[in-house]
Amino acid sequence: MNAQRLTQRLRAGLRGWGGVGAMAVVCALALAFVLLLPRAGASGAGGAADSGGRLAHGLQAAVEKKCTNGKYPQDQSLSPSGGNGSTTNVDAIKTRGRLVVGVDTNSYRWGYLNPNNAKGELEGFDIDLAHRIAGDLLGDPGKVTFKAIPTSRRIDAIKDGEVDMVVRTMTITCQRLDDVAFSAPYFKTGQQVLAPKNSTITGYNNTLAGKRVCSALTSTALDNLKADRGHKIPASTDIGTVVPNQLDCLVKLQLGEVDAIVTDSALAASQAAQDPTVELKGGLFTDEYYGVAMKKTSQDLVRQVNRTLENYIKDGGWADSYRTWLHPTMDLDGKKSTSATPPEAHYQ
Amino acid sequence: MTTPPKSSTAPPDSGVPTIPAVPPQPGKPAPPTPAGPDAVPEAAPPRRTAFAEGVDRLRAAATTEPGRLRIIGALLALLVVGFGAVAAWQMTDRASAADDVLTSSQPLSSDAADIYASLADANTAAASGYLAGPQEKPAMRKRYQDDINTAATKLVTAAANSKAGSESAKTIAELNKLLPTYKGLVETARANNRQGFPVGGAYLRAANETMQQQMLPKAEALYQRENQRLDADYADAKAFPWAAVGLGVAALAALAWAQRRNFLRTNRVLNHGLVTASAASVVVLLWLVVGHTVARAGLNDSYDHGVRSLNVLHDARIASLTARSDENLSLIRRGADTVLVGKNPTDAYAVGYETQIAKLAAKLTRAGSLADDTAGKKPVKDANGFMQAWKDRHGVAQNWNDKGDYQKARDKVIGAGPDPTSVCFDNVDSALRKALVHEQDEFQQAASGGRDALTGLPYGAAVLAVLAAAGAVLGIGRRLSEYR
Repeated sequence: MNAQRLTQRLRAGLRGWGGVGAMAVVCALALAFVLLLPRAGASGAGGAADSGGRLAHGLQAAVEKKCTNGKYPQDQSLSPSGGNGSTTNVDAIKTRGRLVVGVDTNSYRWGYLNPNNAKGELEGFDIDLAHRIAGDLLGDPGKVTFKAIPTSRRIDAIKDGEVDMVVRTMTITCQRLDDVAFSAPYFKTGQQVLAPKNSTITGYNNTLAGKRVCSALTSTALDNLKADRGHKIPASTDIGTVVPNQLDCLVKLQLGEVDAIVTDSALAASQAAQDPTVELKGGLFTDEYYGVAMKKTSQDLVRQVNRTLENYIKDGGWADSYRTWLHPTMDLDGKKSTSATPPEAHYQ
Repeated sequence: MTTPPKSSTAPPDSGVPTIPAVPPQPGKPAPPTPAGPDAVPEAAPPRRTAFAEGVDRLRAAATTEPGRLRIIGALLALLVVGFGAVAAWQMTDRASAADDVLTSSQPLSSDAADIYASLADANTAAASGYLAGPQEKPAMRKRYQDDINTAATKLVTAAANSKAGSESAKTIAELNKLLPTYKGLVETARANNRQGFPVGGAYLRAANETMQQQMLPKAEALYQRENQRLDADYADAKAFPWAAVGLGVAALAALAWAQRRNFLRTNRVLNHGLVTASAASVVVLLWLVVGHTVARAGLNDSYDHGVRSLNVLHDARIASLTARSDENLSLIRRGADTVLVGKNPTDAYAVGYETQIAKLAAKLTRAGSLADDTAGKKPVKDANGFMQAWKDRHGVAQNWNDKGDYQKARDKVIGAGPDPTSVCFDNVDSALRKALVHEQDEFQQAASGGRDALTGLPYGAAVLAVLAAAGAVLGIGRRLSEYR
């Protein structure tokens, strides 16, 4: 009897506690709502910040076009005819008897060590140019020492004096102009889309909807893709595939892990040359120029290289090299690519 | 127990007087036991449990000498048989664990190490072959193929020895899936390289990444798991048979007590049965302790000088293989992959080479200190010497490469130039293989010595215990017969 009463009381007590518990749950839910709502708002705000970022990027792109001094980055090199007559840096190279050039040895058709080249010599468009510079400087195009340098070490290699110059598909940008000096532009390029020939993708446009696009880590391509998604290209484009090196994108494309690649048109052409089933799609969607990078203080050397470039373009050496290495993949269906004409030099 | 209370075991008052031959008994000389017969009629009316009745009968029996003797005999026999049974059981366990160490878990652990090593070796051969390109030697191609075959074959063995649904089985299945993927990447790399396309290098990088980041960690996990199994078997085999030894000591003590009691009561020094029982028990106990100690020593030896050395040597071999593939890849990728060292971007494979060589040096030092004889020390010392030469030559090749003399650097690495690093690597590898074979032999000898020390122990213990029990029963029976 006693025990029964006790359990009854306990049950009643529990019921009471149940009420309190329910209230606690309701309170917690309310609190959660209150806490979560601003969070949802924050994510909305984040979206807004994103579009702000896009705007900022648009501005930045404009800045990239013209540097703070109001000039285009590619139009800031030194005229071959100017200068105070001092030739310290050029003389130093002449005394040494060899020109040390930093190059890429992995970019097909640009700077590449072909395993089937019995002499083990590098070949490509950049390599031709380096030989020409050495020829003009030292009287022998063979007097070049090529050094393979990673993309991320290009500027340091120049600053540290490890190389005299870098000829390595290096884009002239305002930011880089703070660290190194560039020659006049020697090649016009820009971002471009690469996809299988039978793909429905026609360029950097709506046809990328729902497609997986590959780009290289810390590349201009990735920056553009991030900025343009939901804007120039559909929001459904999957740009999640990011690889250490642009060539790894071609592996992913061939393995069917991505549908398209965005990279420099020059490098895209180099990739297309390695796989006859892919091609460049649409035109360039940005304007960029490659230049030869040198030490900021080597003004005499910059002028010397610019003279070489003028002659190289004038005497048809440039066109020959282009025809050998780039014409087959860049000029499609008999149409000349915008890159097929050497860019005009505008000195500061 | 439901039998009527009075049976032949309880002749309370008739026993003592009828048998005269008993010498004077100092203890309790035939207690009067008046309570016994009186108690029976009194206890009859309430229903009693069988147990209580049994206790009563025992208590009643304990009051007379033959009854006590019967109890003592039964207890002695039980104790001795129990001792034998526990000894046989515990030693069967240990013997089978020791046998597992030798014939199952160590070979499996060694197989897992082989899978690990042949995968790493295949990756190294693939990178070396790629770098050599048209100059690839048929031997290198064969080595790659053999490695892949070894890995595939040993995976099958490992799968057969793993429980379905276990972690090991899952790992093996994953490795089985990755192996053809890896091979596909390597072949595509080769095909592209033949055409002179640098995308081949990117394929090789993808293959290397698959190997280093997915396959080798899995193979290592498998190896670790097999090692755990080996350790568990070692622990089982080496666990001291406390229960058996404890029971043995108890049995001996009981036998000693029974004999002392016998001596005190009858002034007879030797009871053949009890002496036999004691001797048999002592033999079992000594055999048990000595056999297990010897086995334990052998197993300890096989672990200290075999397994531990084998583990370190396997690690050293993997480090040397990885260093070699990094050395090749650094020349294949030519700076396409960088990692930050401090703030400086540095070639990822150059960094990898330095790390692996340092690891190799550390493991070789350790292996040198673990090796206990000259036959074991020599190959380790050789490997160390070859490694030093490798480091020096690698430095030269690296210097050439840094200066832009790629061709010379490549020739030095692939073995087309004078004093190539390839020879150093091959020498390190063969010295390590030699050391592994030696340590495997050492293990085999020590472990089989240990296992053999337990041979026959379970059966011997069982047979001797039965003998001892028989002796105890007969010995007590001899005394008991004096009461008839």
